[in-house]
Amino acid sequence: MTTTQPTIEALVADLEARFDDVDLGHVRAWKDGARHRLAVGCLPVFAPREVIWAAGALPVFVRGAGDRIETIRGDAYYQSYICHLPRSTLELGLLGHLDVLDGMVFPNTCDVIRNLSGMWQTSFPQHIVRFLDPPQTAEPASAAAYLHHELTTLFRDLCAHNGVEPVPARLHLAIADYAAANVVMRELAAARQREPWNLPVDEVYLLKRAADSMPPRDWADLARRYLAAAAARGRKPEDRIRVCLVGSFCEQPPRALLRAAEKAGCYIIDDDLTLGVEPNGPDPLLGDDGDPMAAIVAAWLRTTRPSAVRYDEHGTAGRILAERVAAVGADGVVFAAPSFCDPALLDQPRLTRVLDQRNIPYTSFKYAENTGQFQAIREQAGTFADSVKLWGTA
Amino acid sequence: MIKKEPSMDAQKDLLAGYFARLGRAKDEGRPVVYTFVPGNLVELMAAFDVAPVYPEVNALQSAMRQRSSGFIREAERGGHSEDVCSYVKCDLGMLAKGNVGPTGDTIPPPDLLLLSFTGCFTFMKWFELLREQYDCEVAMLHVPYVGDGVVTAAMRAYVVEQLQREVIPKLEKVTGKRLDLDKLRAQLARSRQAEEDLAWVFKSARHRPSPIDAYFGGVYYIGPIFTSFRGSEDACRYYAMLRGEVEERLAAGLGPITPEGSLGDEKFRLVVEGPPNWTSFRDFWKIFYDEGAVCVASTYTQVGGTYERGFRHDPANPLESLADYCLSCYTNLPLPQRSRILADMVKEYEADGFVIHSVKSCNSFSAGQLHMLREVERLTGVPGGFIESDLVDARYYGQANIKNRIESYLQMLHARRTGGSVPPPPRPERVHLEVVP
Ligand code: SF4
Ligand code: SF4
Repeated sequence: MTTTQPTIEALVADLEARFDDVDLGHVRAWKDGARHRLAVGCLPVFAPREVIWAAGALPVFVRGAGDRIETIRGDAYYQSYICHLPRSTLELGLLGHLDVLDGMVFPNTCDVIRNLSGMWQTSFPQHIVRFLDPPQTAEPASAAAYLHHELTTLFRDLCAHNGVEPVPARLHLAIADYAAANVVMRELAAARQREPWNLPVDEVYLLKRAADSMPPRDWADLARRYLAAAAARGRKPEDRIRVCLVGSFCEQPPRALLRAAEKAGCYIIDDDLTLGVEPNGPDPLLGDDGDPMAAIVAAWLRTTRPSAVRYDEHGTAGRILAERVAAVGADGVVFAAPSFCDPALLDQPRLTRVLDQRNIPYTSFKYAENTGQFQAIREQAGTFADSVKLWGTA
Repeated sequence: MIKKEPSMDAQKDLLAGYFARLGRAKDEGRPVVYTFVPGNLVELMAAFDVAPVYPEVNALQSAMRQRSSGFIREAERGGHSEDVCSYVKCDLGMLAKGNVGPTGDTIPPPDLLLLSFTGCFTFMKWFELLREQYDCEVAMLHVPYVGDGVVTAAMRAYVVEQLQREVIPKLEKVTGKRLDLDKLRAQLARSRQAEEDLAWVFKSARHRPSPIDAYFGGVYYIGPIFTSFRGSEDACRYYAMLRGEVEERLAAGLGPITPEGSLGDEKFRLVVEGPPNWTSFRDFWKIFYDEGAVCVASTYTQVGGTYERGFRHDPANPLESLADYCLSCYTNLPLPQRSRILADMVKEYEADGFVIHSVKSCNSFSAGQLHMLREVERLTGVPGGFIESDLVDARYYGQANIKNRIESYLQMLHARRTGGSVPPPPRPERVHLEVVP
């Protein structure tokens, strides 16, 4: 029997169709595929994917609507000086696009998402709504005990809702499923750093966004197919600089903005767009006590990649960014933050101070998920790329 | 000439004494601890005899003295975005300019940065920025958000454990002293006593006319208890004195004190949500008292403790009580609960209406307030008003615009009362904050 390798065009078209389907038809199809299946929305940035999946629920990251729908009703709930993500997320809910979801988990990413959790409780009483406040303390023992309790409660609640037993075996399987996906995520990161000309940012982005709402092993299969097809492209490198994109971990930039930045002369070889579906440190490892929840908790607390929404306990986020730039072989950093995003914007001066000290060039701009104008950003990225090429500095 | 009540002078003296003591702290060998107002651990700090500094208080005091704009610009020149919280920028700007506090004295650098992270995520970012500036001990107390409206045993245990394993050991390290639990208990007992009096003062607004303005006057009343004085003899004296004065006003049937004297005719009773603007505080207040509008209850006066809703520190359970205090501060509560608090206050204080003052800086307060507006209207049947400005960034305060909105809102309340037909002020479909040049 022969299997035909899908063309890259077909793969990308499929990814695009998934991305554009704001009604989450593929999630509906998955739920309809068997009994005892739920779907649980997760706001950015970090969500306990293994725990949700172990309860028989598909974690579905809800990262706003981007420019895929027009936000009208959601706007009436927010003042002009609040970022765009909560408006379009509400709009998605109010228009019924999220009806396939059985619940929503709101991690404590910032005060906007925090407060949105309360609005959700009132506006969507049919959803199980959980607020999750992952420990920010530097004190590991109390952090572990608290997070264990919170995740166990979530696991039990979701299992009860789904009519399944909250047994540890479910957690073991979920850990293994996400570890399999993480292997491919790491391969994807390596491939894009190696050959960014074969893996354009827009495609990598679509692939990672597909991970937002796919069963982990299905996603791993899809990603492997994409990696094989992309490697077979055999494109030639262009004269572009290599950059890390930083600050877009929550509200997402429009895809056209990513394309514009790349076309202007940058290969985006690393980003923080979808932190919650990427390995941010070692995978959960079973300890001597054999408690899988303890392994999930330990992995969560051991996260090695800093982000603006985790307490930077040692004040090392700038240094780690600089090291990451070096490790991935980037020439510079593009800070792209959503307007009015306190976590991203308050981080920037701390990070740029370290980049300045190490002569790492950077540029920065702000966006909203529904920005339609890219000219200024294209020009800024172009100028940045040119000056780095010419002088090695911005 | 306005007759000042003795408690006003007493408060002024307290504040002056605080800054003077702070100035002497290093000489007297008292470690300096920077911390934040909501969820502060002042009783614990006092048990160690350290000198607390509250960056938000410096920011608001600077704003009232018209110094915040320069500080904010300084921080923006240093790379901070116009979009982010102006309290943070005001503090960082002040630091960049030599850390000269609102009274003209230099604020001593910290020996310990104590982040009790309650009710606002931005505190964490602010703290990370501050920590960069100082080579000192750091203690983090993560107080979980009460997302489902219930303080669970697990939350309480988590906070208590952090106090035991992180905060107290750090305080012991910087002071070289062991925690004296009896001293802490004594502090908490005095806190309770002052809280009792303050709660009584706020509850006095149930009378007609109200003897107090629970928002514009209220921000003065909360000053000592939200900051360094809770748990002190001074605070007990101050709140007893304040209560005595309010009792007298009540007996005499007097209205609240305003900068232009006692308010004679209470025409409107309002509940207010959100912090005030500090850069034009007097002008902002005047818009209300000129119209005979008295704020009979407010939520801002609960960000540093929900005393009028019944919270009291408990000397019998010191650490648990500190945990409960941190967990129950107003902005640590979820929006449905915040809406219910507002609705309950509208009913309890027999308010004619409620006004939400939304500030650009503060996502903790502001994100979701338009939803709360609808919720409180639904729960009470009372229409709400909505105005916008900022805390300490004068660029976002527009007197004419706010005056206009408040006046039309009050007209609408008046018409409602008299059966007239003034239409409600337009519901903001899309709200734009005007930047005042
Ligand atoms: S974009 Fe920033 S401010 Fe907005 S919800 Fe996300 S993290 Fe919060
Ligand atoms: S966001 Fe609000 S609560 Fe937080 S520091 Fe700024 S003003 Fe204070």
